[in-house]
Amino acid sequence: MNTLNTLRHYFKSFVLWELLLGLGVTGRYLFAKKITVQYPEERTPLSPRFRGLHALRRYPNGEERCIACKLCEAVCPALAITIESEQREDGTRRTTRYDIDLFKCIFCGFCEEACPVDSIVETRVFDYHFEKRGEHIMTKEKLLAHGDRWEAQIAADRAADAAYR
Amino acid sequence: METLLTLVIILLKIVALLAPLLLGVAYLTFAERKVIGYMQVRIGPNRVGPKGWLQPIADAMKLMFKEIIIPTRADRFLFLLAPVTAFGPALAAWAVIPFGDGMQISHLDAGLLYLLSLTSLGVYGVIIAGWSSNSKYAFLGAMRSAAQIVSYEIAMGFALVGVLMAAGSLNLNQIVLAQQGSLLHWYWLPLLPLFLVYFISGVAETNRAPFDVAEGESEIVAGFHVDYSGMAFAVFFLAEYANMILVSALASTLFLGGWLSPFEGIPVLGELFSFVPGALWLVIKISVLLLFFLWFRATFPRYRYDQIMRLGWKVFIPVTLVWLLVIGLGVLAQVGPWFD
Repeated sequence: MNTLNTLRHYFKSFVLWELLLGLGVTGRYLFAKKITVQYPEERTPLSPRFRGLHALRRYPNGEERCIACKLCEAVCPALAITIESEQREDGTRRTTRYDIDLFKCIFCGFCEEACPVDSIVETRVFDYHFEKRGEHIMTKEKLLAHGDRWEAQIAADRAADAAYR
Repeated sequence: METLLTLVIILLKIVALLAPLLLGVAYLTFAERKVIGYMQVRIGPNRVGPKGWLQPIADAMKLMFKEIIIPTRADRFLFLLAPVTAFGPALAAWAVIPFGDGMQISHLDAGLLYLLSLTSLGVYGVIIAGWSSNSKYAFLGAMRSAAQIVSYEIAMGFALVGVLMAAGSLNLNQIVLAQQGSLLHWYWLPLLPLFLVYFISGVAETNRAPFDVAEGESEIVAGFHVDYSGMAFAVFFLAEYANMILVSALASTLFLGGWLSPFEGIPVLGELFSFVPGALWLVIKISVLLLFFLWFRATFPRYRYDQIMRLGWKVFIPVTLVWLLVIGLGVLAQVGPWFD
C-alpha cells in the first residue's frame, strides 16, 4: 500500500499533474468574461448611504439649515470640523465659520448622523482633487455651494434611506 | 570592394533580423500584460492608442527620458557595462538560428556550441549588475541568480547533448533537416523528457516566474537591478524578454522542427499549407512557447530557493542522464523514424 502511494506520487510528479491542473485553471480564466469596470466611462453603482464629499444643505426657501449647534464638531472623531458662530440680526444663531479639513476627515459619517436639521451631509462625490495648498479646507462657502449643486441627488438619497431611519 | 559588399550584406541581414526582434521584444511586454491580465479576469492596458497597442511605445519613451542614476558607491564602469553584457548575448545568439533551409546569418558548424556559450554569458550581466551596485539586495539577487543559472545550465546542456546525439550534428540547419518528415519526426516526441527539461531550464535561465528568485520583487525588492533606472533598467528588461524569445526559438528549432511545417507528410493538409513560408512557422512556434512563459508566470507561485536547487540537481540532471542512455541505445539500435 505504501509503495503504491509512493509510486503514485512519483508518477504524478513526473507527468507534472498538479502543475497541469494549475495551468488549466488559469487557462480557463483566459477566456472568462472580464469584470474590469472602465472607470471614467463606467462606474460601479453607489449606495444612497455613500459617504463622499461633504455639503451643507439649505431649506427650499434658500435659508441655510445649519443652526450652529456644534454637535457635528463635538462628535467628529478626527477633530476635522471647526465652527464659529454668532447671533444674526433676526435673532437666530448661525455659523460664521464652518471648516472641514478633508485631510483629517475619515468619512465616518458621524457628523451627518449627529445633525438635528439634516444640514451637513455627505454626498456621492468621491472623485475630486486639490491643486493648491489649503484647498483641502472645505469652507462654509464651498460646502454650501456643494449643497446647491447636488441638492437633487442629496434629497433623493435621503428620501430613499428615510424608511430605514 | 568584394569584402565591403559582403560586410554590407551581413549588416543588412543583421538589421533585417534585429528590427523585427526588438519590435517583438517590445510587444512581448504588451502581450505579457494583456495575457496575465486576461488570466486574472482583467483586461490589461487599453488606454494608449487603439486598444492599448501603443503602450510599449509609451513605456519606451518614458524610460528614455528618465534619468540614469548611478549610486555613489557603485563601480561606474561595471555598473554601466552590466546591462549591455546581459543584452548583447541574447541578440548575438540569433546569428545561428535558421529561418529556412540555409537562412541563417552565420552558417556555423558548431552552432550548438556557440549557442551554449552565448546563453551562459548572459548570467555575467546579472552578476556584474548585482556586484557593482554595491547594495545588499542587488548582491543577494545576483548570488541567487548565479547559483541558479549555473545549476540549470548543466541540465540544459545535457538536454542539448541529447539533441545532437539524435541529429548527429552541431549545425542547427542540419538538426532541423534531420527532423524532416512529419510532426511525429520532430524531436519533441523521442526526446520528450529532454524537451520538458530544456524548456523548464530555459524558464529558470531567463529568471522568469516561477524561478524569478533573482528578481524576487516581493522579497528582495527587484534583486540585481534594484539600483538601475531609466534606460539602463530598460536594457535589463529588454534582455530578459529577448532571452525569453531566444529560448523559445531554440526550443522550436531543436525540438519542434524549426521552420518545418507541422502538416508535412499529411496528404491533403500538407499541400494546402505548403505556401506558408518556413519563417512564419518558426514565428508561430516561438509565439506558442512564449505564451507558455506568460502562462507560467500567471499560474505558479515562486519556488523556494532550496526547491529550485533540488529540482535542478536532483531531478533534472538524473532525468536527462537516464534519457541520454535511452537515446544512446535508440541510436545504436537505429530505432526509426528518428534515429535511422
